[in-house]
Amino acid sequence: MADGNTTARKRPAGGDGAQGTQEARLEGLTREPLHDLLYRMLLGRRFEEKCAEGYALGKIGGFCHLYIGQEAVATGALSVLRPDDYIIDAYRDHVQALLKGIPARQIMAELYGRVGGSSKGKGGSMHLYSAEHNFMGGWGIVGGQLPLATGIGWAIKYRGEDRVCICFLGEAAVNQGAFHESLNMAALWKLPVIYIVENNRFGMGTAWERASSLYDISQKATAYDMPASVADGMDVFDMRRKVGEAVERARSEKVPTLIEARCYRFMGHSMSDPVSGVYRTKEEVESAKEKDPIRILIDQLKDAGLLTEEELHALDGRVKQEVDDAAEFADRSPEPEPDELYRDVYAQINEHGRLFFDRQDRMED
Amino acid sequence: MAVITYREALNAALAEEMERDPNVFLMGEEVGLYNGAYKVSKGLLDRFGEMRVVDTPITELGFAGLGVGAAMVGLRPVIEFMTHNFAMLAWDQVFNSAAKVLYMSGGQFKCPIVFRGPSGAALQLSAQHSHALESTYAHFPGIKVCTPATPADAKGLLKAAIRDEDPVIVLEAEMLYALKGEVPDGADFVVPLGLADVKREGTDVSILTNGKMVHVSLQAAAALEKQGVSAEVVDLRSIRPLDVDTILASIRKTNRAVYVEEGWGLAGIGVTVADLIQEEAFDYLDAPIVRVSQADVPMPYNKSLEKLAKPSAERVVKACNRVLYRQATA
Repeated sequence: MADGNTTARKRPAGGDGAQGTQEARLEGLTREPLHDLLYRMLLGRRFEEKCAEGYALGKIGGFCHLYIGQEAVATGALSVLRPDDYIIDAYRDHVQALLKGIPARQIMAELYGRVGGSSKGKGGSMHLYSAEHNFMGGWGIVGGQLPLATGIGWAIKYRGEDRVCICFLGEAAVNQGAFHESLNMAALWKLPVIYIVENNRFGMGTAWERASSLYDISQKATAYDMPASVADGMDVFDMRRKVGEAVERARSEKVPTLIEARCYRFMGHSMSDPVSGVYRTKEEVESAKEKDPIRILIDQLKDAGLLTEEELHALDGRVKQEVDDAAEFADRSPEPEPDELYRDVYAQINEHGRLFFDRQDRMED
Repeated sequence: MAVITYREALNAALAEEMERDPNVFLMGEEVGLYNGAYKVSKGLLDRFGEMRVVDTPITELGFAGLGVGAAMVGLRPVIEFMTHNFAMLAWDQVFNSAAKVLYMSGGQFKCPIVFRGPSGAALQLSAQHSHALESTYAHFPGIKVCTPATPADAKGLLKAAIRDEDPVIVLEAEMLYALKGEVPDGADFVVPLGLADVKREGTDVSILTNGKMVHVSLQAAAALEKQGVSAEVVDLRSIRPLDVDTILASIRKTNRAVYVEEGWGLAGIGVTVADLIQEEAFDYLDAPIVRVSQADVPMPYNKSLEKLAKPSAERVVKACNRVLYRQATA
């Protein structure tokens, strides 16, 4: 997928990654940030593979939705943000959380339901949060995170800040009322929110064309007089471009943007869902995998002389080490104590009156 | 102590809290330019400007969720529902977002937000505009609920709700907005959540109630007095947290209880209160507890049918006589 926009000069494979003024670039990026992008893509992939393993071993329970195939979307989008910008997501949220800076250890421990998890084991796969990293969840109701993102945008405007909020959603959420209500308010009040629709083609088992009267999602922004674009969600550089433009617009002009990122989910909807057979064929999935965003990036980097096989091997080795370390940490992390059950239901236990009405509470009185 | 209306009391609470804390803002349909559908927010747009008194499109799910998102990052939104009937469109954000974000995030994100507006039946508003929703709201852990019945409680509870660190539902009533009453002066006046109030002392029977039904119960108590019965009226004020101590103290005194609630009976507030009493004060009871609630029907439009559907002072008197095992004398 190396395209006409590629500006890199071809360098011989195994080149020394020039440090001088004539340093090789791809999409305006030098070797180090390019390797960082690849590292992040690989980290997302390997982390999810480890989750599948943990799920198969019974270490992870409940619903578990993997991101494999969609890595370019999150990697590209998050690579143009500042640490103080906000991210909010639906329930396929592990990789966004990782890339926003929540340590892999904390995420894996959360999936294992342990106290070392980002929510002390009480949120699980679908509910990752980090106040420190401005990662705002992790929400389990389709479309439910959109009004919240709009509110975060409202708070940014209220305080006169120049931060932005990126809201990820699946294409199926576009049909929820929350999508339309949120986009209308964001456009009406000029809120710095970027809504990125990850169109992975299927809302669980229902193909997009079976769910929407209008195929082109970006056109829906017209109804709200909102800027919109379509990005190749299998191309990390296209994601960087489109999200970069939207972020710039949000910071300087305080306007929201709708971006449709066309991508593909290589796995089933969740771990309990078959990869293919019911709503799509094995051939379709295999054919989509030929556009694997990580392979595309590796080929681009190698073609541009910006990555050697040894470097790739080393990067992947580091990624595997980080992911193995996360799983080992999660394994070692303790189970929550029983008194954790009642903690954090309320932030304020009022001086008067009873807040809990179950028998356990009454027996203690 | 000034005599003001319930509406003015709410207005004063909003103004005082917005003055005190720049993070407090009011958002909802018609709250600004129109001065509020029920004039609760009268004058606030002029005083605080359009970033703090925000007219919304008719988009309840959207602006309720907007409030939750803003609360997660440190603002303190007061979301007005023109009535809580319309809030049903927003309940995903109330119950799935506001009520749960603290727990799901392992304590990282508080949600200090108030969802307020009238609830319950007014006059001939028919089936879709007459819901009393306290039992539905109170069902969800993570949510707090209060139901002010007087101007003083309206001001004091709304201020407590705005200052609380959790999502608080304030259930007002169209029929109470014009009610006048004494309200303590001063910005420091607050009615803490979780404190019931004995609105009338009595010795023979406890009428336990909340919200608009406090007034129906007081009418019933006045009628019972003429029959020689001394009824105590306990206004719960808060449903969650619930002042169980005051309820039990009243039962220990009178040994008989009637619960009066505006909403439907199944899984109503009275069910929980009756259960608490039978478990924690069983030996003090001299009669089974009787509940008075709305008829189990959608609210009819027709005036006489509507009257039949609502809990009335007559029905409360009858219920009290039943738990007293006595025949009415008047």
